[in-house]
Amino acid sequence: MSVESMQDQQKMRTALVEQQRPSKPNGLSASLTFAWRALLKIKYLPEQLLDVTFFPVMFTLMFTYLFGGALAGSTGAYLQFLIPGILVQTVLFTTVYTGVALNTDISKGTFDRFRSLPIWSPSPLVGALLADAARYMIASIIVIALGLILGFRPHGGFVGIVIGIVLVLVFAFSISWIFSVLGLILRTSAAVMGISMTFLFPVTFASNIFVNPSTMPSWLRAVVNANPVSLLTTAVRGLMQGHVNVAEIGWVLLSSAVLILVFAPITMYLYRNKH
Amino acid sequence: MSDAKQMKTNALAVEATGLVKRFGKNRAVDGIDLAIPQGTVYGFLGPNGAGKTTTIKMLATLLRPDEGQARIMGHDLITEPDAVRSRVSLTGQFASVDEVLSGLENLIMIARLMGYSWREAKKRAFELLDAFGLQDAAKRQVKKYSGGMRRRIDIAASMVVRPDLLFLDEPTTGLDPRSRNQIWDIVRALVDTGTTVLLTTQYLDEADQLADRIAVIDHGKMIAEGTSGELKASVGSGVLHVRLLDPAVREQAQHLLADVLNVPIHLSSDPVALSAQLADTEHAGDALNVLNSNQIKVSQFSLGQPSLDEVFLTLTGKPAEPTTQEEGAAK
Repeated sequence: MSVESMQDQQKMRTALVEQQRPSKPNGLSASLTFAWRALLKIKYLPEQLLDVTFFPVMFTLMFTYLFGGALAGSTGAYLQFLIPGILVQTVLFTTVYTGVALNTDISKGTFDRFRSLPIWSPSPLVGALLADAARYMIASIIVIALGLILGFRPHGGFVGIVIGIVLVLVFAFSISWIFSVLGLILRTSAAVMGISMTFLFPVTFASNIFVNPSTMPSWLRAVVNANPVSLLTTAVRGLMQGHVNVAEIGWVLLSSAVLILVFAPITMYLYRNKH
Repeated sequence: MSDAKQMKTNALAVEATGLVKRFGKNRAVDGIDLAIPQGTVYGFLGPNGAGKTTTIKMLATLLRPDEGQARIMGHDLITEPDAVRSRVSLTGQFASVDEVLSGLENLIMIARLMGYSWREAKKRAFELLDAFGLQDAAKRQVKKYSGGMRRRIDIAASMVVRPDLLFLDEPTTGLDPRSRNQIWDIVRALVDTGTTVLLTTQYLDEADQLADRIAVIDHGKMIAEGTSGELKASVGSGVLHVRLLDPAVREQAQHLLADVLNVPIHLSSDPVALSAQLADTEHAGDALNVLNSNQIKVSQFSLGQPSLDEVFLTLTGKPAEPTTQEEGAAK
């Protein structure tokens, strides 16, 4: 055996011998580590920022200039209506990524390694959702900044905007659990993407994001008005325009709580029993 | 031997009875019992789909057994899964590191999850990269690693906190011989430092080289168990291997040997080779004489223990799965 390989053997042994075993981390610390992992990926896959940068810009410009004049009389008037709605739509479309990322982890085997670690078991999911919140934040800032440049003038001021964004983030965090369930059930990430979009398109368009539902047939209007996305959009509009309505905000928080109470336990059940 | 020492040598890393896992109607694992002493290497040998990985997933708490029970390092699999998880580590294609991140980032992440502070996690990560010969690849994405580097980072990630029991799923599948030897050296070093290793393999020589005991698994059942010597002995006293200089006379040699030895003579895929499983070795000399007297030139004539390939053939009635050689280096 050469001197070099003996040194290598020695290094290996030193690295392997019994070390002071660190104490088990708490759930928050483990979750933050997983959030760090998710954010690191942006460095390697910057294209995943496209859907929080390019798409909101494209949607805002398209809707404002193609439909704005026809829908609201002028693009300037439509912007006041559209920007809170497009914020909701952009962030909700970004939530699909939660399920896609989870599904990728499962198919690559990373997921099973995490599950075999002695950590608080929801932490990989919670960490991923925390990192997603950062992505939602980026999307929100871009939409609002673009809106302000184009002529969006919210009467709710800075505070109204910030509370509005926080409300959108709360709802997005809640709805993410639906996509976690899909990510755990479906076989490929393409299927997760496809089915999630099939669900999100009607849910976001059959809402008051783009148009006032008053001209819709009465049955559709009833559906649109009961859609949690409409409730969220109405509440965010109220906050940004400076007329805060506690009942509107309450409805959003209630639907968020229901989503979490239903889908978080299902997610955790599937997560623990996945094979 | 003192009582304490006796206790220690008798302590089992894995103790399982009647493990069963069903997927629909298919019994992927169909009643497996295990008693693996601490500080040893135990090999699961079997073809694809035999139930090796499913068994490991159950022992690592990733799958709940439908029947049976197991204790890992003295902790019950079902009632104390957290205690089990803090003592075992899982490495392999189904329990992989994150290939999008760099090797360094993966190790820091695992170290953080094990409870190290950021600073200590980074220190530990560099120490392991150095020990596993990956220091130059620290900042490269794992998906750009070669096959051998990939296995090493997978094992390094399992060693951030040294586990009492390491599951290694097909650690050398698709590796070139040099990388394979490196992995074997690593496994031996792990065992020297006190870790028990349970490895699955499709390679018979790997089980032969590394494992203290081997379980041969087929269709979810353990069809044989023992040291590689015991397994070989259970199959017969020995195998005669003959290689000829001229492939054209192989059939003639086959007839001559069959007459002398009174056992079936196998023709292997090598066009100049023949082999026969002997009930006793007395007539082996006659075999050489009959070939000589018929002017059949022999380049090799040897009597040896059967290879594990032959063991597998005898036990299952079919050859071990043809091993598919993947390309070693990942793109």
